[in-house]
Amino acid sequence: MSPLGPLLLAAFLFCAGIYGVIARRNAVLVLISIELMLNAVNINLVTFQNLLFPDDPAVTGQVFALFIIGVAAAEVGVGLAIVFNMFRNRATVDVDDADLMRW
Amino acid sequence: MTALDVVFVVIALITAGGAVLTVTSKNLMHAALFFAVTLGGMAGVFLTMTADFLALVQIVVYVGAVAVLFLFGLMLTRAPIGREALDGQNRGLAMAVSGGLFVVLTTLIIGAFAGQSTPEVSGPRIDDIGIAIFAEWVLPFEVLSMLLLAALIGAIVLARRESGDSGTELSVSRIEFAEERDPDALPAGAPELTSGSTVSGEEQA
Repeated sequence: MSPLGPLLLAAFLFCAGIYGVIARRNAVLVLISIELMLNAVNINLVTFQNLLFPDDPAVTGQVFALFIIGVAAAEVGVGLAIVFNMFRNRATVDVDDADLMRW
Repeated sequence: MTALDVVFVVIALITAGGAVLTVTSKNLMHAALFFAVTLGGMAGVFLTMTADFLALVQIVVYVGAVAVLFLFGLMLTRAPIGREALDGQNRGLAMAVSGGLFVVLTTLIIGAFAGQSTPEVSGPRIDDIGIAIFAEWVLPFEVLSMLLLAALIGAIVLARRESGDSGTELSVSRIEFAEERDPDALPAGAPELTSGSTVSGEEQA
């Protein structure tokens, strides 16, 4: 199969994630959009492994994708903890209201 | 166009639609559930690309854990559900940036990979992936485990209450202690003095 389909799908998901990061105001939804972008990169990794190194004994693309999944899970945990802290201190999760350090 | 291509196109359309609804839905809960649909669609995309193990990990970690975590996050922060002004004022900027990037990426991808075709791969077996992780990638694996431990501890420290918030525990334990001492103090006569002396003695000890 052609690599165009997965690559275009990954690019579309990445751009949807960028739209969400910029346009959304809820901090949890911003985190969801970041997860969308990370997953788009995973699709790219698997596609390029199938295209360029299909017989790689160290399954580099898929192993990198697995590591990205693990790191993204850690990032979600810490990010949600920060969002909870922000909600406890400011009673809002609006990223536009988090301007305490603004000059 | 083979049957695999048809399956891929269907799954890709579901995934892309779920992603669009995730970032545009007005209802926060619906956004999180569409995100779960998108993650499941990505697992299907991995399956069509013969990455079976990755698809299963995607379902277990993302659909099973991360999506539920996001649902809890949305509910615990008591986000206003169904509010109209969900997006900021920079929706036009977001549309311009993401649309421009998508056009550029599409042009580059089509220009670079238009004629190519992925060879028919059978995909690595799961035991090959395991051997690769624990032989070739064992150092990044250990570093990742330490990162997960650090993130676990950091999340607990960040999300737990401050010590000042839970100040009720001290007075509660004192009241229980005094009630426990009362039957012993009463038969001795002059209960106020006895109880006062025991309290002072306990404090000194």
